[in-house]
Amino acid sequence: MTSADAASSDHSGALAHVVPWRLLAGVWATLVFLTVVTVAITWVDLGRLNLVAALLIATIKASLVLLYFMHLRWDRPFNAVIFVATLCFAALFITLALLDTTTYQPDLIPGYAPAIKP
Amino acid sequence: MTDAITTPAPAASGNALAGANYLNQERGLRSWLFTLDHKRIGMMYLVSILTSFLLGGIFALLVRTELLTPTKTIMDAKTYNQMFTLHGAVMIFLFIIPGIPAALGNFVLPLMLGARDVAFPRLNLASYYCWVGGAVLALVSMILGSVDTGWTFYTPYSTTTDTAVISMVLGVFVLGFSSILTGLNFIVTIHKLRPEGMGWFGMPLFVWSLYGTAIIQVLATPVLGITLLLLALEKAVGIGIFDPALGGDPVLFQHFFWFYSHPAVYIMILPAMGIISETVSTFSRKHIFGYRFIAYSSIAIAVISFLVWGHHMFVSGQSNLLGVIFSFLTFMVAIPSAIKVFNWTATMYKGSIWLAAPMIYTLSFLFLFGIGGLTGLFLGSLATDVHLHDTYFVVAHFHYVMFGGTVIAFLAGLHYWWPKMLGRMYNQRWANIAAGLVFVGFNTTFFVQFVMGAKGMPRRYYNYLPEFMPYHVASTIGSYILAVGFFIAAGVLLHSLFRGKPAPANPWGSATLEWQTTSPPPTENFAVTPEVGDPYDVERFQYDASIDGYVVTRGPLAAAAR
Amino acid sequence: MGTPAEHLHDPHLQHHFSDRRQQLEAFKLGMWIFLGTEVLLFSGLFCAYAVYRASHPEVFIYAHRFLDKTMGGVNTLVLIFSSFTMAWAVRAAQIGAQRALRRLLGITLACGFVFLGIKGVEYQHKWKEGLLWGTRYVPQEHAAPAQTDHEAAAELGAPAAPVVPRNVHLFFGIYFVMTGLHGLHVIAGMAVLAWLLLRARRGDFGASYFTPVDLGGLYWHLVDLIWIYLFPLLYLIH
Repeated sequence: MTSADAASSDHSGALAHVVPWRLLAGVWATLVFLTVVTVAITWVDLGRLNLVAALLIATIKASLVLLYFMHLRWDRPFNAVIFVATLCFAALFITLALLDTTTYQPDLIPGYAPAIKP
Repeated sequence: MTDAITTPAPAASGNALAGANYLNQERGLRSWLFTLDHKRIGMMYLVSILTSFLLGGIFALLVRTELLTPTKTIMDAKTYNQMFTLHGAVMIFLFIIPGIPAALGNFVLPLMLGARDVAFPRLNLASYYCWVGGAVLALVSMILGSVDTGWTFYTPYSTTTDTAVISMVLGVFVLGFSSILTGLNFIVTIHKLRPEGMGWFGMPLFVWSLYGTAIIQVLATPVLGITLLLLALEKAVGIGIFDPALGGDPVLFQHFFWFYSHPAVYIMILPAMGIISETVSTFSRKHIFGYRFIAYSSIAIAVISFLVWGHHMFVSGQSNLLGVIFSFLTFMVAIPSAIKVFNWTATMYKGSIWLAAPMIYTLSFLFLFGIGGLTGLFLGSLATDVHLHDTYFVVAHFHYVMFGGTVIAFLAGLHYWWPKMLGRMYNQRWANIAAGLVFVGFNTTFFVQFVMGAKGMPRRYYNYLPEFMPYHVASTIGSYILAVGFFIAAGVLLHSLFRGKPAPANPWGSATLEWQTTSPPPTENFAVTPEVGDPYDVERFQYDASIDGYVVTRGPLAAAAR
Repeated sequence: MGTPAEHLHDPHLQHHFSDRRQQLEAFKLGMWIFLGTEVLLFSGLFCAYAVYRASHPEVFIYAHRFLDKTMGGVNTLVLIFSSFTMAWAVRAAQIGAQRALRRLLGITLACGFVFLGIKGVEYQHKWKEGLLWGTRYVPQEHAAPAQTDHEAAAELGAPAAPVVPRNVHLFFGIYFVMTGLHGLHVIAGMAVLAWLLLRARRGDFGASYFTPVDLGGLYWHLVDLIWIYLFPLLYLIH
């Protein structure tokens, strides 16, 4: 028995939830399937929706990894709150920067800027 | 491990200078360099950031001296650019960002929570060494020719100048880790190490402010990290994303930079506000007014601070749409700060004001931060900002909030917690004189800058029109008065280390938990588990002349003492 | 505070925590905050991607065809599999299955090597062809390789050869910084895995102490998460 196991003899109950193997395997199989879908969907022409579809599938895959592989499903909810909060702030940053750059594109002087150092 | 049997007992007043305390329980350089004790780490940070403040201050005096005359005074133009850049970079990244959280927060937070240490003591030490690493890289940059881009490193100048931008930028990158690790540590400490009986709304407001600060540190600093990384790559290998000749967008750099640097200024001010909440209550001998409002406003400021970064970019080429959005949000962010000022003022109303040094600094804060905050509104308004952007008005505004706000509050906190940290009282009269000189010197230096700026004097200019000379001369004289004030304040505190009266456990009669242990505390923080109660119930404490300190008169501890 | 007896008997309980559960929850909370900072670090790059793709879509559509979808797809599957073995390894540690733990950590580490190997091949190809950033970019004379059937079919109907856009290097600058930073994180994750493997060999982990495996696993999953987004955004642009 390892030193870690020996020390556990005076602890009652598991320290944390253990994920069943079948669940892990099932999630993995789903992720592989979704990866195939991601690639296959590029064969279909949905115009601008292709990007939406790709991001949507990626988000489903990410959610599976977060909830099951990373254990968020059984953790204290605050851990998930942290992760979602960071995504919200990242989205805020990207959205406003994108909004600004696309709005001022028409104001840019046509043609390209000269090199700064000749 | 507490070894109560062989440790000499502290004096009846609660002073432990003669007994065992965190300063003398372990000796030798290694015991400091490899310490995991948050109090020692806080002390190391304190010495480091005060040294940085001195360095940044010297750069400031050099800048102000150069500006005595409209043309060259003591240095050439390129050197001048380097001086103001270094003043900004050193003050911001080495002093004020770590500032209150790392130096005072590290020491006080676990004590305020009745805890033995922060959640991750090794990460705490790692954060200190990140600071040291960043400082070393910054010094390397200074030796290699330093930087002349302004602390904001705007492209395309920063990517094309021949000064040592990369090493400075890498130094700041490493310093960012120090900030992130501190913030991470504080969030977990506050969530997990609160004592029985202290819910979220039983925490001192300084803890709330550190929590809000930590949220910003953790969310904003990584974006600075990627910004600096991209800048370094652009300069080193020519990635091209900020270079207009290669199709890149230099304004994008500003979006990246300010997404961190605006929340960063709230990293600077939030802990300062937390200190003021503590001192204004203690030195008015009155319960804080509007506890929940102040607590919620700390979180509100932390969140809204992320929504206003574009107000630094109104004239950069940013679209009008975003200008309007950011201007509106900037007016919103002023509201929680104003709520705090009203609550502090209401706390003083009908209180018994005690004009000890921490209170002199607190009153200075209320006045100076008030001016600083209000002048921010002029800058947040699009039409006036077109005239005021990049003038001395901006310089005056941010010095009023960062210096008149954060630094003054830092001095308040330093004078407030000095007896606890080092077990000594200092000379009150000379501390107050120094505080007065700092107040006078500060206003002389910076008030005229509002006037100059409104009249059109641009910032960061080496040469200027002769009509501005009287303002610059006045401002420089003010800076010399400031320097004298600081030297006296430093002298007072250093003198106290040798000749100061031993401090009692609770010299100011505050109800927060750090005052329930000896001055200085033992390494394990509390020999007796502290009694958790209302952190602002200062009326529980009465002055006891025999120890020249305060003792508790109600509750289990009072009963035990009798 | 935990009783002195608890602290004395349990070598894994640090002195400032009151019990093991509080300590484990604190460590996990700390790790999630750290993962949050990593997300925000990469968010800057996703922002640059979004900004340039929105204002220069033609650059992205033209340039992404130089990336090998097959290699990218294989790498995606490799990382997903390694996430599976990592989560499995955490489970093994929790139930004290020492041999399984060592094997699974080893497989996860091996997947890391495979990933880096494939990336190395891709980078080497780009270096040779001059598909690089900034002024290092060499305009390509031959058509983009590996066009899929439907693109070729559509092109039969196109009136003229596709126009090569200006500033193609913008795509490769973003590609190299994003995959490069990701690669650095893979290397860091592999170092963590190697250290965990060493400790697992020493028998450090079991039902009562598996925190490092848990936390190391979280970091590795993050590396996978980022790639889950990088793959479609860089390789599968329509």
